[in-house]
Amino acid sequence: MNATTAPVQAGYNFAYLDEHTKRMIRRALLKAVAIPGYQVPFGSREMPLPYGWGTGGIQVTAALIGPDDVLKVIDQGADDTTNAVNIRSFFAKVAGVATTTRTTEATLIQTRHRIPETPLAEGQILVFQVPIPEPLRWLEPRETETRTMHALREYGLMHVKLYEDIVRHGRIATTYDYPVIVNDHYLMRPSPIPKFDNPKLHRNPALMLFGAGREKRVYAVPPYTDVRSLDFDDHPFAVERWEEPCALCASTEAYLDEIILDDKGGRMFVCSDTEYCAVRQEAGHKGAMAP
Amino acid sequence: MKPGRVLLQVRGLSKFYGERVGCERVSFDLFPGEVLCIAGESGSGKSTLLQTLAYELRPDAGAVHYDLSGRGLTDLSGLPDSTLRELWRTDWGFVRQNPRDGLRMRVSAGANIGERLMAIGERHYGDIRVQAQDWLQRVEIDDTRLDEAPTSFSGGMQQRLQIARNLVTRPRLVFMDEPTAGLDVSVQARFLDLLRRLTAELRLAVILVTHDLAVARLLAQRLIVMRHGRIVETGLTDQVLDDPQHPYTQLLVSSVLAA
Amino acid sequence: MPNLPTLGVRRLGKHFILHTQGGTRLSVLDEISFDVDGGECLVLDGPSGAGKSTLLRCLYANYLPTHGEIWVREADNPGRIDIVTASPQQIVELRRTTISYVSQFLRVIPRVSARDIVAEPLQRLGCATEEARDRAAALLARLNLPERLWDLPPATFSGGEQQRVNIARGFIAERPLMLLDEPTASLDAANRDVVVNLIKEACARGAAVVGIFHDTEVRDAVATRRLPVQPVVAESAIVA
Repeated sequence: MNATTAPVQAGYNFAYLDEHTKRMIRRALLKAVAIPGYQVPFGSREMPLPYGWGTGGIQVTAALIGPDDVLKVIDQGADDTTNAVNIRSFFAKVAGVATTTRTTEATLIQTRHRIPETPLAEGQILVFQVPIPEPLRWLEPRETETRTMHALREYGLMHVKLYEDIVRHGRIATTYDYPVIVNDHYLMRPSPIPKFDNPKLHRNPALMLFGAGREKRVYAVPPYTDVRSLDFDDHPFAVERWEEPCALCASTEAYLDEIILDDKGGRMFVCSDTEYCAVRQEAGHKGAMAP
Repeated sequence: MKPGRVLLQVRGLSKFYGERVGCERVSFDLFPGEVLCIAGESGSGKSTLLQTLAYELRPDAGAVHYDLSGRGLTDLSGLPDSTLRELWRTDWGFVRQNPRDGLRMRVSAGANIGERLMAIGERHYGDIRVQAQDWLQRVEIDDTRLDEAPTSFSGGMQQRLQIARNLVTRPRLVFMDEPTAGLDVSVQARFLDLLRRLTAELRLAVILVTHDLAVARLLAQRLIVMRHGRIVETGLTDQVLDDPQHPYTQLLVSSVLAA
Repeated sequence: MPNLPTLGVRRLGKHFILHTQGGTRLSVLDEISFDVDGGECLVLDGPSGAGKSTLLRCLYANYLPTHGEIWVREADNPGRIDIVTASPQQIVELRRTTISYVSQFLRVIPRVSARDIVAEPLQRLGCATEEARDRAAALLARLNLPERLWDLPPATFSGGEQQRVNIARGFIAERPLMLLDEPTASLDAANRDVVVNLIKEACARGAAVVGIFHDTEVRDAVATRRLPVQPVVAESAIVA
């Protein structure tokens, strides 16, 4: 698929948001980049879709996108789900920008719950949709208290949660939205990406921005920032592994989704990142169940 | 057992709620290993004083100095929040009247005890668990209950768990607000005996608020009697109880069955 | 300073003001002065209500004297401390190292066995737990307390049994100043003799003893000197 362009929809400002709002969000993003992992409040706007559908990510994207950008949108790794298709067509309509499914072609990637398998490069921006930004919420409901805890780096409580995980499951059972420490200071929720993607946060050449629309917070991991997943010495952080390669592209490096094929226990494991899988298949990699 | 140097020095401490007096012009010294009881009827300002001493409430007048490790007597009003909070979870403890205020009811007993250890940077699950288990035993809770949440514990066990959770970092000073008030008489004795042993063993300084003079008699070397937010009498516990000087103390002592 | 007596009382006075009874003032002790040297057993003589127990309690700092001085030579310390003006911390320390007080009544500590109650004063002086418990057992045996009771909390013991636990706790640490308030009150003849011997041994090792004994035999057996205590105000019945 090549980059495509579409005209700007009449009656709307470029990229939907007005310029003052964009500036406000950019100021918040600049602060977020300056203080990696710190949750910056911003004046979240009503968007033409409900909370929970990526309003935070869309506002960040809208504030940053320019006419020359090439946009890719993924949802759980796929370019073709309702959410991804809608957001992509939204920006095609209101900004008239080129869109793509190719990770390498995109300058701006909005994502829900995944980081692409194809390594990102300098100059690329990855925008995450965040449902709940506060990692300590489960343990400490008071916002005044969590703010102080962040300011003073009092994160023992987060380990209490991991401790409870091991008590109940024999291991750290948190598999997504796995808490990380950014730049040796702020505790951060990486949004509900699988913990498989956590290592990609570490010293990534791309700029990673996080937007929570309902909670009115943005935060950032600038390029080449240290990002460390929390763990115990005797229960070190580890990512998911699969016993078999992708059934379509034979990748052993990617995050796999389990697909149920029938009622008789038939199933297959395939890449969650559809574009990565397709590119590998085009290059001739063939999995056990490839067509 | 020699008194040594002052651990906590309190001078002219006052706390007001508008016109109402929380506590007023309270002064005393506390030495390492000393157990000090603050007694008085409800509404006498005991709990307010305790929270002000622990700097959970900021005093309106007066000062609290604490013998910080490596720094000596330090005015708490000059401490940054970070140092004060570190003090709260390492060198100090606070046992609440209601265990729900002092425990995390939704996480296991082991995590309740381990929390302070994790807060000071312990990152070995197995080690934290061993220490939590050890402390459960020390407060006489069956260590097979390590992974149970305190909601399944009796009131006495919850209070003992609070003790363990506080003592795991070996604090030098523990504040206790009516820790026996919610307990059945039948389990109070066990709790008090445990406290008595642990304070002696660990040479713990304790400031304990109670309305129960028998608790004061059993645990405290020293007693402060409060009324309307002020100290009316202070001294050796048995001296204050057996030979009270102030009219209010005489009334208080004569109002209870053999303390 | 070998010339200083273990205990020096100067012009001691004590009155009570009973605020709950309209501010009634009761004078109990007035202008009492005496010294007690190591090796002496001073017996307080006087009728019931004369203030003997009050005097003893003042010496232990359990009661606060109204005026006067009570000088005590601290164990392992050349100086003397005036109990009347001493800080609570100093008194706690004096009670740990220097002064024993045996009353007629045992204050029971919940859940603590008789043997541990007796051993505690030794442990607080730094004695190892095992040794302290062994010596506690020996003393309880000497006071004829049945061995089956040793590991039980004394709450359910008879008066005489509790009394013996109390005596053992008071005598085990061999402190330089012993204050005894009718320690033999509820004991049979055999155990009375044991206590008499304990007192004599205490004096022999150099302790200063001040005691109240209603039992004439015991009094005569242990007294090296007597101090008459007379009521300050006639017919003032002080419960002390």
